[in-house]
Amino acid sequence: MQKLVSLDGVEKIYPNGTRALGSVALSVGQGEFLSLLGPSGCGKSTLLRILAGLVPPSAGAVSWIGGAPKAGEIGFVFQEPTLLPWANVFDNVRLPLRLAGAPPHEARSRIEEAIELVGLGGFAGAYPRELSGGMRMRVSIARALVTHPRILLLDEPFAALDEITRFKLNDDLLALWESQHWTVVFVTHSVFESVFLSSRVVVMSPRPGSIAAERAVDLPHPRIAGLRTDPAYADRCRQVSDLLAGAMAA
Amino acid sequence: MAGQSNGNGERVFRIAAPAVVGAIVLALWEALIRHYEVPVYILPGPVAIGETFWQDGGSLFASLLVTLRTALVALAAAAIIGALLAILLAEWRWLELSVFPYAVALQVTPIVAIAPLIIILVNDTFLSLLICAWIVSFFPVLSNTTFGLKSVDPNLDDLFRLYGATRLQRLAYLRLPTALPHYLGGLRISGGLALIGAVVAEFVASTGGSETGIAWRIQEAGYRLQIPRMFAALLLLAAAGIVLFLVLTWISNRLLRHWHESALPKER
Repeated sequence: MQKLVSLDGVEKIYPNGTRALGSVALSVGQGEFLSLLGPSGCGKSTLLRILAGLVPPSAGAVSWIGGAPKAGEIGFVFQEPTLLPWANVFDNVRLPLRLAGAPPHEARSRIEEAIELVGLGGFAGAYPRELSGGMRMRVSIARALVTHPRILLLDEPFAALDEITRFKLNDDLLALWESQHWTVVFVTHSVFESVFLSSRVVVMSPRPGSIAAERAVDLPHPRIAGLRTDPAYADRCRQVSDLLAGAMAA
Repeated sequence: MAGQSNGNGERVFRIAAPAVVGAIVLALWEALIRHYEVPVYILPGPVAIGETFWQDGGSLFASLLVTLRTALVALAAAAIIGALLAILLAEWRWLELSVFPYAVALQVTPIVAIAPLIIILVNDTFLSLLICAWIVSFFPVLSNTTFGLKSVDPNLDDLFRLYGATRLQRLAYLRLPTALPHYLGGLRISGGLALIGAVVAEFVASTGGSETGIAWRIQEAGYRLQIPRMFAALLLLAAAGIVLFLVLTWISNRLLRHWHESALPKER
């Protein structure tokens, strides 16, 4: 698999002295669905923000194959939907294109496509407060997709949702990934979610975070909702769970 | 929208309840005045006030319009200058640190104390009244808007950074909309203050003649012991203040109706 980005000896110490990340070496392959799995406060969000260029690393380097990403080449989905409350769905999804100064007639079809892709067709005129938590998250994902980014970074996007909604969004996200061949880095603290979605799970140790273990998930695609009760899935979950327990104990 | 069926009942209550309370108070007032035979030059009853209102409400109303014009122009100036200044202060922190203390100083010094000075310094009467009304009304706009401009969701801030937003884009698409509810809240306070500022300045300036504000009418009536006329003028002034507040509230709800908690219908 062709590499897209690699982190080399990346560390992060915040100005207040908190050591969030030890030395992290990690590379993300083109078209990979990578999960960063770890306990709360292990620095996995920090790692994602360093990848996005939102937080500068204290040491080490992030190298992109094919040059550093320009504005719009990274899609980021926050833990909260992080929408503009005064703007409707269409305008929220439009935001990245608007900031890039894209001409409106060209933007329109891309916005509608992104809204359609996340299953919100017909809701373009709705305001965030009129939507459920899951739908707001879909808007947030559509906004990240609208620029056709090289990589999609998701920071525990479904952690605040109920299980039924979360499963549905997992299924939909996975189906989209299977059809669109994106590169995704997905931060989560759920073993089940990481195994279900990923082609590779990277397990992180508690603070200061570092990579404790990793495991390729060899379950075949397309993965469907029924996989959740499959013994093979349960087996992979147990393996990853053991790795996580090992990382916590170390 | 849910709650609308309830809304009608509440709307009736909103008008009926204060109206009933008002009617009871007025009736009691009139009854006590008559029972104790209080002379009209000490405390007039509602009926006497109503008669005065009927007879020369017109001249009082003309004076009210003069005062209202001062207040509204001052409010408009506060709305524009307050917002522009807030944007400057929020964009450049060094400017905020160097200017804000003086804005506070201007706000905490009582307008009654500054007004005579302004009236001496500024030759034009209308302009001097305007400045007084503006001084008291601009601070809530400035203070609230500055606060609002700084209340940006940090994640949205990151999002704008991620997409390489320029400073102007960040201001236009993020900071200004975030500040809008705070700005409108400030404006609602400023509306009442502008009216108070205009009246106080008129009292200090004691301007008679053709361009006579409502404050002078109150003073004049006081000198002549026309107490019912004083009450009638006060009544007009209060009504104007309430109308101003309602108009500003309506504008605020109109602008925020899609998204801000303050303008959303209660859903129970």
